[in-house]
Amino acid sequence: MAATDTTVDTVREVTEQYKYGFVTDIESDMAPKGLSEDIVRFISAKKEEPEWMLEFRLRAYRHWLTLKEPDWAKVKYPPIDYQDTYYYAAPKKKDGPASLDEVDADLLETYKKLGIPIQEQEILAGVVAVDAVFDSVSVATTYKKKLASMGVIFGSISEAIKEHPELVKKYLGSVVPYSDNYFATLNCAVFTDGSFVFVPKGLRCPMELSTYFRINEKNTGQFERTLIVCEEGAYVSYLEGCTAPQRDENQLHAAVVELVALDDAEIKYSTVQNWYPGDKNGKGGIYNFVTKRALCKGKNSKVSWTQVETGSAVTWKYPSCILQGDNSSGEFYSVAITNNAQQADTGTKMIHLGKNTRSRIISKGIAAGKSDQTYRGLVRMQGKAEGARNFTQCDSLLVGDKCGAHTVPYIESRNPTAQVEHEATTSRISEEQLFYCMQRGLNEESAVALIVNGFCKEVLQTLPMEFAVEAQKLVGISLEGSVG
Amino acid sequence: MALLAIKDLRARVEEKEILKGLSLTINPGEVHAIMGPNGAGKSTLSSVITGKPGYEITEGSVLFEGKDLAELAANERACEGIFLAFQYPVEIPGVNYTTFLKTAINAKRKYFGEEEIDAMEFLKLMKSKIKLLKIADDMMKRPVNVGFSGGEKKRADVLQMAMLDPKLMILDEMDSGLDIDALRIAADGVNTLRSPDKAILCITHYQRLLDYVVPDFVHVLAGGRIVKSGGKELALELEEKGYTEFENAAA
Repeated sequence: MAATDTTVDTVREVTEQYKYGFVTDIESDMAPKGLSEDIVRFISAKKEEPEWMLEFRLRAYRHWLTLKEPDWAKVKYPPIDYQDTYYYAAPKKKDGPASLDEVDADLLETYKKLGIPIQEQEILAGVVAVDAVFDSVSVATTYKKKLASMGVIFGSISEAIKEHPELVKKYLGSVVPYSDNYFATLNCAVFTDGSFVFVPKGLRCPMELSTYFRINEKNTGQFERTLIVCEEGAYVSYLEGCTAPQRDENQLHAAVVELVALDDAEIKYSTVQNWYPGDKNGKGGIYNFVTKRALCKGKNSKVSWTQVETGSAVTWKYPSCILQGDNSSGEFYSVAITNNAQQADTGTKMIHLGKNTRSRIISKGIAAGKSDQTYRGLVRMQGKAEGARNFTQCDSLLVGDKCGAHTVPYIESRNPTAQVEHEATTSRISEEQLFYCMQRGLNEESAVALIVNGFCKEVLQTLPMEFAVEAQKLVGISLEGSVG
Repeated sequence: MALLAIKDLRARVEEKEILKGLSLTINPGEVHAIMGPNGAGKSTLSSVITGKPGYEITEGSVLFEGKDLAELAANERACEGIFLAFQYPVEIPGVNYTTFLKTAINAKRKYFGEEEIDAMEFLKLMKSKIKLLKIADDMMKRPVNVGFSGGEKKRADVLQMAMLDPKLMILDEMDSGLDIDALRIAADGVNTLRSPDKAILCITHYQRLLDYVVPDFVHVLAGGRIVKSGGKELALELEEKGYTEFENAAA
């Protein structure tokens, strides 16, 4: 109970308004501005990486130089000057903290403000293990020991590169190749840190694994790299949540997440994304260009993406599933809320390769203010996907009359036995609903929050309990100022 | 002090004047019925009192416990104790009825600077009211009004009324869409909430609701004004003679 109460209190505190506009003053160990082979080498050297990792990065960097930034998404932003960004910033470390006691007090203070109760980990213990990412380097990984005793590897990807090179080598880039797309390729070249999870054969990971992200250094591009592998029959539920401090400059965030599920394995990946969206005009908000993809490699494997997207000035994100194993299944549950000047182009791709593969897409988009959002989804049934099935439901809700919602479904079927269903609706919060709620005493903002939460319920209820509470509050906060 | 004092009220919707100098005083404990032909301004009256967007007061005043309602937003009027049982309660998909009730109660508490209701206390209150109004438990687990029958919607509205404990209960065409059994059940619910400190304003087209919610005063609204007032026997008279006489008078 204690842990739940703590979580609930935390959530209440952090979600009442966007409070994360504070900056921790920790001397940074920074790479000079700009991007070049030297910078890539600097990052790799700084992280004491083996030669093969450096090769991986350089190959990506050289390929990146040949690519052009994509412009097909329905988003607009000023050109990004990639030479005007820092690619590496690490909190200064002495000799690497052996325990929490050695962690920089300022850093702990930041966590406190963020509401990650590191010092109360003992309480939260059984529920969530936090591998907290501060800026680009993991400084504290908790509960690793307990998980390790069961054979679960949960830690930073930097550590994994050193300690489990055979696993990282085998899977890194196996789902999202270094040449995949502009932002993913950039990530391959300069990623600084992220999480690595490996769940061995037959094990159901007993706790939800969680990472809190936070962008801190001024002007630092944040390039997370996450790799999750579930062996045969294994299961893991992973939670990712983000907050970021208020900034004047635009901040680029280009993460790559790769999931691999072998035979009968299941991965559940939940995100609550609340990057700083910028001011009313979108100034200063985060650019979130993310590549997330899962490979359902084995038969009967299953991957489920749930995302609640409320932040960022610009979002470009399509968590996808490649359904390779026969009878494998992929799910995508999404709530995307845009307000003020936010722009989001988000959706999923379900690529059916194996026989009797199944996918389910439930997308709920809420646009308010003068924001604009697009659901972009691809369902592809390949020639060998005998008996494959997809169900897609895309609902959009408009708040006010200056926002936009667009649905762009791509459906490709190369197998006559495959079935694809697509349903889409667009609606508005009605005056009648608002008045009904207000006649019961709710102010306009609470009324909108309540109605929108109802609209998203189908997705929110797929989130783990603690996250669901946070997400519900976020929904309300994200829409503040959207009416009246 | 009167609970509700309406004086020389003129109000319009989209440039069209609907209420043309209406006066009405309601004291605590009283039950008033407003009757009248279609288009007389009955629903406009309830919309103006509750602050529905789009209804504009051009002249006169509406005071609730001495407070000028024109200065209060719809939700503030609700928190002050004005409750409207809707002619057509609105569906809110995905919002569980219990959550809705709790949110409404907490909104009112917040308005008065009180703490949120304790979860156990809330459940206890809800259970007691459900029992009082003979409402099925499972209705509370469903989304607000979604898939409810006409009778269920009205009963659920009465339950909200019981939970929120308002001072003035406005019943807008409560009988519409209800068969006689459903009407009796809803009206019984209303009657259990009657008390000396609460008043009811019953807006209806037909007399039959008044067989169950018996009024102290009946007013005839025609052409945007109250053209006749009397006791409960006036309702019976109207039932017999119709509104023609008043319509002509108003015109």
